[in-house]
Amino acid sequence: MIVVNGNGTGRRAAPRLMKGNEAAIYGALLAGCRSFYGYPITPASELAETAAKLFPACGGTFLQAESEVASINMMYGASSAGERTMTGSSGPGVSLMQEGISYMAGAELPCVIVDIMRGGPGLGNIGPEQGDYFQIVKGGGHGCYRNLVLAPASAQEMADFTMLAFELADRYRNPAVVLADGFIGQMMEPVALPLSVAAPIARPWAVEGTAATRRNLITSIFLEHEALERHVRALQFKYDKAAGREVRYEEIALDDATVVLVGYGIVARVLRRAVGLLRERGIKAGLLRPMTLWPFPSEEVRALASRARQMLVVEMSTGQMVEDVRLAAAERCPVGFYGRQGGMVPSAEEIVERVEALQTGSGAAEVQHAHVAA
Amino acid sequence: MRTSLHERPKSFFDTFERKDGDHTVTHYCPGCGHGNVHKLIAEAIDDFGIADRTIFVDPVGCSVFAYYYLDVGHVQAAHGRAPAVATAVKRAHPGSIVICYQGDGDLAAIGGNEILQAASRGEDITVIFINNALYGMTGGQMAPTTLLGQVTTTSPLGRSASREGYPMRVSELLASLEAPAYIARVALGDIKSDLKTRKAIRHAIKNQMEGRGFSLVEILSPCPTGWKMTPPDAAKWVLETMTKTFPLGTVRDCAASASASRDGAAGTGAPREMTGRRAEVAVREIPRLLGLTSPEAPTGQTAAPGPAETRLHTIRGVPHGVSRSVSRSVSRSVSRIKAAGFGGQGALFLGALIAEAGMRAGRAVSWLPSYGPEMRGGTAHCHVIVSDGEVDSPLVTRSTVLFAFNRPSLEKFVPEVVEGGMVVYDASLINDPPPMPGLEAIAVPASRLADSLGAARVANMVALGAWLGRTRGLPLEAVEAAMRGKLKPEVVALNMRAIEEGRRFVLQGGAAQGATSSGATPAPGGAS
Amino acid sequence: MSETGTRGWVVIDAEECKGCGLCVLACPAGCLSFGDEFNHQGYHPIRYSGEGCRADGLCFYACPEPGAIAVFKDEEPKNLSAEALDDRRQR
Repeated sequence: MIVVNGNGTGRRAAPRLMKGNEAAIYGALLAGCRSFYGYPITPASELAETAAKLFPACGGTFLQAESEVASINMMYGASSAGERTMTGSSGPGVSLMQEGISYMAGAELPCVIVDIMRGGPGLGNIGPEQGDYFQIVKGGGHGCYRNLVLAPASAQEMADFTMLAFELADRYRNPAVVLADGFIGQMMEPVALPLSVAAPIARPWAVEGTAATRRNLITSIFLEHEALERHVRALQFKYDKAAGREVRYEEIALDDATVVLVGYGIVARVLRRAVGLLRERGIKAGLLRPMTLWPFPSEEVRALASRARQMLVVEMSTGQMVEDVRLAAAERCPVGFYGRQGGMVPSAEEIVERVEALQTGSGAAEVQHAHVAA
Repeated sequence: MRTSLHERPKSFFDTFERKDGDHTVTHYCPGCGHGNVHKLIAEAIDDFGIADRTIFVDPVGCSVFAYYYLDVGHVQAAHGRAPAVATAVKRAHPGSIVICYQGDGDLAAIGGNEILQAASRGEDITVIFINNALYGMTGGQMAPTTLLGQVTTTSPLGRSASREGYPMRVSELLASLEAPAYIARVALGDIKSDLKTRKAIRHAIKNQMEGRGFSLVEILSPCPTGWKMTPPDAAKWVLETMTKTFPLGTVRDCAASASASRDGAAGTGAPREMTGRRAEVAVREIPRLLGLTSPEAPTGQTAAPGPAETRLHTIRGVPHGVSRSVSRSVSRSVSRIKAAGFGGQGALFLGALIAEAGMRAGRAVSWLPSYGPEMRGGTAHCHVIVSDGEVDSPLVTRSTVLFAFNRPSLEKFVPEVVEGGMVVYDASLINDPPPMPGLEAIAVPASRLADSLGAARVANMVALGAWLGRTRGLPLEAVEAAMRGKLKPEVVALNMRAIEEGRRFVLQGGAAQGATSSGATPAPGGAS
Repeated sequence: MSETGTRGWVVIDAEECKGCGLCVLACPAGCLSFGDEFNHQGYHPIRYSGEGCRADGLCFYACPEPGAIAVFKDEEPKNLSAEALDDRRQR
């Protein structure tokens, strides 16, 4: 259980078995989220379904919007009005939200988006995939902005990271995304939830329909070029600050590792098992699991690349995060890639085979391009 | 005696500091209708005393800069999305007066769905809709409201019905919905129509103050620049030409009698329950409402695994990385279970029940359902892990226990079972099982035994009983407790009888038809 | 009421006026007209003849500008002189 500054250190309730998607909604309500605006989509629908049941019961708003376009703009309104707000969707829906995410980043509005990734491109399928990395971590919407991106790997983290996402979103007045895959959303695990609700933070900038907030203005338009440059630089200043302070990751057995596996979400769970299996075979494997995808643990990757013999990035995509790992590793050690797509999840045994092939040197080239064959 | 009769409304800023350049004049062109409408709104805000609680949702278009002028709270929305933004603003602050201001490109084209759905939900907002039959700010392009034959920069030959379709009558369209309280079309053209516009705007704002629901005023409004006309000619064109396509009048008014509105517009006159009103709940009550309770001792023998030992790398006071040794991640005793069958046979429920019972017995658990590509062919399965240590991968790729309720599932998953693993299958439905060398197969006539209890659907519980009879993998009381949280007492009782049937069958030796019949295998569901 | 039928007084902020002329069309008494001079925006501002205002406020509603026209009852308001308007602009 990762420590969350705001609401993660207090007393926790008895664990309950629940899906990752359900856990995110419980986490949101305990983070003081007051509204959920969303549109159903598999494999994220339990987010909307759980929210439909729990938000009204807790005195909040659940509204099934007419589209994801409307959802994100309702969040724009709710956040402008000063309340913690969220949505949950999957790739195709999040694609539709990109305009609104850009506007929210531009208008400095905090919000939390839970993206339960499915297979793409296009309609793809509803199986688990990690193909939204580029659209969430690198951009998606227009203009110079960033999302704060958290990558849970358990139902517990779906709750905890959702709470953390609200905190980070408010700290930086920026959208935060909980980026998980279909398996993390659908999986049930015991979840221990806090017994208290996070204290609300002051939002003196919000428009609340009061005398005190009457002069407030929420907008992302800066007509004069100089003014927009000032604004964009101010945003970047925030992002630089976040990059220095908010990197989170998990290391497993990295102290003596010569082979460093890198993966997030459900893949990291598989890799954790693969590390155990590899160690049983006498291969000194370790795992670096980024918990934040933006900011990315680049310094940690760089340090590991300096002392490891081999890195292997595993993703349920054709290779998206691997670009960040390679950029950080800067050719200090070879960075291989192994990917599965379309709803296929790599097994620990598959990973072991790939690493063993790398060890003998026979499979290096093959692994580099494994996604082509896989 | 000097009495002011009509003066600059106080809801305008004295000077327009948010505007670049000249702070004393608006950016609107001479004769532009936006100015009149802003003034009428400002006057109404003054007269009704609502400046502090008014929230103006600014659109995209020439009026994007309404926040330069009106001294109220402002939220500037993306193109077309103002009604969605306004929806949430109003729900967050039901006591506020939310005025949503949109042009025709914004409202009728790109934002067609947002206005339609907000109207249909009956959001308690006031929408001011400026119809000037083209896109003003971008330089006079065609809008959904452009008249037939009207030349714009993107309909240079004049709008033709066969090419661009007909002008959209937004008021009539929205009036066909059940929820809206008030919809009227007015115009700015001469002083008589200007004053009718004033009345309609005030009525639409008053409606919101009285909680009557969605109100929209469509205003036919001159755009002398876009139309390439003088202001007087533009005003004349509104009244003489636009009104032929867009007839003026109240289209719907629930607050008035039907006879007072055009075409006998629908209206009940009754105020209704406010849309989106929240229940009053104290925030500290939320954990209780979510059913969260303090931890108790788990059901069963072992203590719950504590949180993983973690070492936090702290950078500038913020938890940064978590590091742990591999020994934490390799569990000592793990059951990796797969349960599979046709949809409706209860394989997923069986798995969830094992996970819930395992958790109540103080063990680490995970449950992962198949969905997506694996569900093709009508089979469903789940991965369940019950472990003494932390669960690493929740995916069961090498299972120690397989529950199979049909032959395809058995064939598909038997190859994944580890040497010495256990296969529990429904022998009532599978009478010619594939060879299972090196595995302990328990052929339990689950469906038949379930039938004898009068409920074939509890075959999954019979199979669970068979496993429990063979392995004592979970305490029965944990299984029962897990069910009690989810099912009605009579269903729990039935399920427990089914589990007992399965147990008795195995304990009486009825299942002995495994491919390895030596009985020397370690308790399946034990070490992997 | 004066002998000319004047019941009110129109004050025009010549610098805010954009010279669209809609007030001229709206005024039933015909007491508004275009001026010859240019204002700082380059428009010919409207001016009030000084008599005949019926205080009906129609010019106020016809005018698209926030404060280009104000209508007062009975007589010329001294506190809304050209100096007062200039003062507002300088704030």
